[in-house]
Formats: sequence, C-alpha cells, structure tokens
Amino acid sequence: MAYFKLQGVGKSFGVRRVLHEVNLFVEEGEFVTIVGTSGSGKTTLIKIASGLMNPDTGGVFLAGLPVTSFPARAAMVFQNYSLLPWLSAKENVRLAVESAFPQWNRTQQLDQVTKYLEIVGLGAAAGKRPGQLSGGMRQRVAIARAFAVEPALMLLDEPFGALDALTRATLQAELIKLIGQQSPRATVLMISNSVDEAILLSDRVVALGTKLSPAVPVTLAHPRTHKALQHEEEAVKVKARITEFLLAAGTAKSAECQPVEPRILAQVVPE
Amino acid sequence: MVAAIKNFLLSLVGIALVIGVWAAVSTWFSADLPSPIKTWKESELYVLQPWEKRGEMDQGIGLMAMYSLIRVAKGFLLGILFGAPLGLLLGASQLLSKMFDPVIQVLRPISPLAWLPLGLILFRQSEPAALFTIAVCSMWPTVINTMHGVRSIPQDYVNVAKVLRLSPWKRFTKVLLPSTLPYMFTGFRLSLGIAWLVIVASEMLTGTPGVGGFLWQEYNSLVYSHILLCILTIGVVGFTLDRLMGLIEAKLRIA
Amino acid sequence: MSVERPLEITSLSKAFGPAVPVVKDFSARVQPREIVAILGHSGCGKSTVLSIIAGLQDATQGGVVIDGREISGPGLDRAMVFQSPSLLPSLTALGNVLLAVEQAYPKNTRRQCREIAQRYLDLVGIGEYATQKPRELSQGTQQRVAIARAFSMEPRFLLLDEPFGMLDSITRCELQDLLLELWTAKPRTIILVTHDVDEALFLSDRIILMTDGPEARVGTEIQVGLPRPRSRAALTELPEYFGMRNEVIEFLESHSKQFKQ
Repeated sequence: MAYFKLQGVGKSFGVRRVLHEVNLFVEEGEFVTIVGTSGSGKTTLIKIASGLMNPDTGGVFLAGLPVTSFPARAAMVFQNYSLLPWLSAKENVRLAVESAFPQWNRTQQLDQVTKYLEIVGLGAAAGKRPGQLSGGMRQRVAIARAFAVEPALMLLDEPFGALDALTRATLQAELIKLIGQQSPRATVLMISNSVDEAILLSDRVVALGTKLSPAVPVTLAHPRTHKALQHEEEAVKVKARITEFLLAAGTAKSAECQPVEPRILAQVVPE
Repeated sequence: MVAAIKNFLLSLVGIALVIGVWAAVSTWFSADLPSPIKTWKESELYVLQPWEKRGEMDQGIGLMAMYSLIRVAKGFLLGILFGAPLGLLLGASQLLSKMFDPVIQVLRPISPLAWLPLGLILFRQSEPAALFTIAVCSMWPTVINTMHGVRSIPQDYVNVAKVLRLSPWKRFTKVLLPSTLPYMFTGFRLSLGIAWLVIVASEMLTGTPGVGGFLWQEYNSLVYSHILLCILTIGVVGFTLDRLMGLIEAKLRIA
Repeated sequence: MSVERPLEITSLSKAFGPAVPVVKDFSARVQPREIVAILGHSGCGKSTVLSIIAGLQDATQGGVVIDGREISGPGLDRAMVFQSPSLLPSLTALGNVLLAVEQAYPKNTRRQCREIAQRYLDLVGIGEYATQKPRELSQGTQQRVAIARAFSMEPRFLLLDEPFGMLDSITRCELQDLLLELWTAKPRTIILVTHDVDEALFLSDRIILMTDGPEARVGTEIQVGLPRPRSRAALTELPEYFGMRNEVIEFLESHSKQFKQ
C-alpha cells in the first residue's frame, strides 16, 4: 500500500474547477515532483496534500490515516521562505524543534538546531534575523528548519522559484545531500515549474495539466548534475515526454498567455 | 544639514507670524485678550519657577503639567490594558467582532464631557472618575488598530504556525503578538493623544490641580494671561508626548 | 512561381577594429524554405553573422548574396526576431505589429493595415491581447507579438537570434511549436541562432556548427534528416537522434577546450 496517497482529489473555486479526480500514490522514501505551469493548480494540490486546504472531493492519506490538518512528523518549505522576521535564524529553527520534540531538554533542542544550521552552512549566521540574510540564505534556514524536525514526509512548494539560477543550483545540490544523509529517507512531494529541476531531484516526475499525467520514472544515478541532464539520454527522453504532456494539456497555453503576476515575497519587516 | 537649518528657521518664522497675529488681535480686536508681552510678564513666575509650590492651585507650570501627566499615565494604561486584549479578541474572532462592532462604532465618538458625569456617578470621587473617563475615551484607537493588526497577519506567518503545529499559546506569543505589535503601537500613540485631550477637559470640569484645573481657575479669576500659558503648555506637552511615541514606534519598525 | 535561389554567404568576415576579428571566412548556403540552425558557444560571433544577413551590420569582407545581388542594409525580405522582444512600450501589441505592417504595405489604408495586424496576432494565438501594452504581458506573450510582427511582413527570410532564450522551458517549447506551425502553413527560409541542442534538432533541417571566436568560421554541418512532423518524445526514441545530439555536444565541448588553450 502506498505510504502517501491522494485519491480522487477535486477542488473548485467558484465556477473554476482547478483539480479533478487527481490520484497520486507515493511510496515511502520516494521523491516525487509534480511539474506544471503557473495556473495549473499545483499550488492548490500541494496545499491539499499537506492538509492546509480541504478538497471538495476525495481525500489524502498518510500511512493509512486521513490527513485533515498538517500532519505530525511532516515539514514544509514554501517558495517565500515563511520565516518569522522577529526571530533569528536559530530561533526560527528552534521554534520548530521545540514543537516537534517537546520531550527534549533545552540543550538537546539547541544542539539539533545548531547541527542543521551548520549542515546548510549557516552556523555563523545563526544569530541573524531574516532581514539581514540574502534570499538564498533565508531559504537555507527554511530548509534547515524542515529537516531539523526529522520529518517522515516533506512537502516542497516551488522552494527555489524565487531564487536566481546560481543560488537555485547550489540549493538543489544541498537538498540532494540532505535527503541522502537522512536515515530513514523522508518521503518527498515537490511541486515545480521547471522540468529540469524535477529530473535533477526526483525518483518520479508527474506532469499536471488538466489532469495528472502518468508518472515518468527517473533512474539516473545520483549525484545528478545539470551537466548530466544535458548529456544523459534518459534525462533528455524524460524531459521530452513531460514537456509534450504539458504542451498537449492546453492549460499550459492559456496559463502562459496570462500576464505574469509579480512574485510577492513576504515582507520581512513588520508592517 | 543645510536643509535642517533651513527648516528650523522657517518654523521660527511661522511661530513669529502667529505671535504677530496674536499681538494684533489683542491690540486691536479684543481688549480682554492679553498681548504676548503681558502674557509673559504675568506668567514669568510660573515658567521660571516651574517646580515651586506656593499653594494648592498656585504652583509652577512644571508641577501642574506633572500632575496632569500622572493622571494621564494612569488612565491611558488602564485604557490600553482593556483595549489591547479586547482588540486581540475581536480581531481573532469573527463572531465576536460581528457582535460588538455596532457597539464600538456607537461608543467611539462620545465626547469625554459626556462620559465624565457618568464616571462621577459610578465612582463618586473626581479622581477615579477622571481615570475612568480617560480610559473609556482613549481606548478606541487601541482596540481598532489592534483588531486591524490581527486581521492583517500575512498568510505566510499563519502558514508557519500551521506547519510547525504550534500550540495555541505559542501561536499567540510567537506569531500573533509580534506581528500585531506595530499596529497596536500605532493605536497606543493615538490613544495617548486622546488621553491628553481628555485630561484637560476632565480637570476643567472637576477642578483638580493640573494644567486643565489651573486653566479653568484662572479663567474664573479673570487672569486671562494664565489661560494662554496653559494653552501653550498643553500644546507643547502634547507635541512632546507624540514625538516620544513616534520615536518608539520607529524603533519597533526596524526590529 | 519563379525558381528561388539559395541565400549565399560567401567568405564572410567581420572585425571590430584590426585587433578584434570576430568572424573570418564564414561560408554557407541556405536553400529556399530550409530551416537552418546556427550553433556555437556564446561570443563566437553567430549573432554577428545573423545581423549581417539582416543588414543591420556590414561585413568587413565577403558578403551575403540574395538572388545574385549582394545585400546592402536591411530590407523587408528579411525580418528578425531578437532574444528580447524589443517592443515599443508606449504602443499596444497591435500598435507594435502595425508598425511593421505599415512598412510592408505602404499602399494600404490604415484600417486595412490594422486588420492585417490583428490577423497576425490571432495567428500567433494572442488576438485577445491586441489592446494591451507590453508591460501587461508575460515574456512569452511579448515574444509572440515580436513573432507576429516579423511574420506580418511576410518576409522571405526569417532570422531568429536566440528568440526563446529568456523563456522557461515550457514556454520555449510552445513557441517552437508555434514557429513550426507557421512555417508548415507558409514555408519560408528560417535561419535560427541558438545554443539549445534539442531546440536545433527539433526545428531544423540542417545545423551549422561554428567554431569559437576569434576568427570563428563554420566548423561542421549536420544534416538533420528526421522526418516531419516531429514530436519531442518520439524523436528521443529514434536511434539517430542521440547520435546527432552527441556529435553536436562533442563538437561544442572540444572547441571549448581549444578556446581555453
């Protein structure tokens, strides 16, 4: 039985039907990415998968139990960091650790915080507030916060969408490293608008058009690099298949023709 | 730097013009209105010896202002002590806010002069009545701004509370309160302004020692120059208070 | 219909001053209604070659011959699409296309020109955005306007300089599809400069690989004999596909090393 299941999920906003009969089965320890263009409904999908939003039809199940609110032993990384601006990096991560491990004493909690901040390379910047950190660093804190709770399920909502190409590549590599270090491996569900990113990180890639495409497995050996993506036959084939599905879906076209909305990042200064 | 000096000189010109108009009015339009010079002569003592106490109602301007400020502080704190939690509650609960919104809108515009007699009935003595009046009049900006602050919490922070599965207490202290604080503070600043207004009115009505009390007493004693002294004092103190609050508010924003 | 002659690029050389020889002895022949892709590393001079063909720059030596006559300056027979849409921000989408139409059809009335412009916007799928200004449109949509503008001149030669480079991969593929659609409906000669191997293989009949600068020239040519209509997924299943792909990549990599020497 699949560890993480979305069954018959549907959602409409008024007359607009965003999701219809979505079925997705993720095995334990798998990394699945859902690729779609903006407007395809993937944000809605991950909100429903994480329990932050309730579907109109169908349900979400984690280890057999229905998901109606954000599950315990799960963590989420958002596109716009979602760090509390009045807390330092260390305190932000600690807030998560406290909640996840209330039985630990203060020293244990702080050790955990330091451990993960150092893994993402922010040991020195632990005392800084988000307003003093760059976009890439903030996202690192968000990632550290997610891993520090040692989640069984990890949800990633276009985590690198707001970053420049170079930072994006660096953080992708770090994410691969972090996931590899975990034992047992977390089950990961990510949404992205980049097919390349999906192939780089995932075990299986699914495209979201008007419906969910069949999953395309990616069996390339780790560690994967962007260069390998250019050369490896399998990567090129997977990319072609996913691209074709998205093009055929037609929603890609109508989404592209919409004027682009500016990405609004959280104001890090309290208003 | 040059701009700052220029602005300062300009404001001096503005003040001089007002004094000029005052002098003109007192010379040509109203014999009762003391001229600036007369005002100064008769108020010298109070200003130059601000902390002197010569009699219950004959004290230096510094002491008078102090009495008023102490009362304001008490009433203001009382007001925000009720107002802030009320604002938080109404902001967080749709139900409660729908219940009480009309009530707030009706109570808000009521002048202190209307509340004071009620205060006197309830508390019998002028001091608690004054505090009650200050609290009831000044709390509304705090309530409303706090309410607004709670409703304006960015979705991102709400998401954080959800995905970290924070306990309600943690959610309140680590997310809601810090996020609402700047709004609350704006409310406090406005409330303080109103509290200062109210104290003068309430002192005038009850005759207690303080800037307002002194003002009314001097009016009844026909020493009009002291009225003007009080007016100026009230203005300066009010301005100073607002400036101080502004500085604190600015500190909060950077944080 | 008269027999069309190929476009000839003969020993094209371009130097920006004596110490900066960008292109040297670049020669190629483009058949009528062929789609040719020019690939090379950035800075190798491929954009320079294209802009010389467009008539936006002069060659230092050699030249471009169309119908037996050497070109001099830009013309309505050669339309260009750049990497950035380069639309006039004060004009609407329709207004931008209209500029080109009025140039191409000087004898038409204004109303006729507007109808033609609208028709081309419809053709590229954005008819409904005719009255919007560029800043209200996404990058992909702006690029469609630029394509409409180029096509509205019904040019004999369409020159594209990394036209989809700034777009995300899905939008890029959509516009590639659009280009092929328009070319299939009304074939014309297309010369496309790109650095995306898969794009070149998907679109073109022939790939010209340029060596690195300075003094870049034609390194090698590859005939892309893949049957049309092409589907990306199906292409990757063909054995020849990866053969050609690897040839291109190896060429680019080996020349990159030479350059670094």
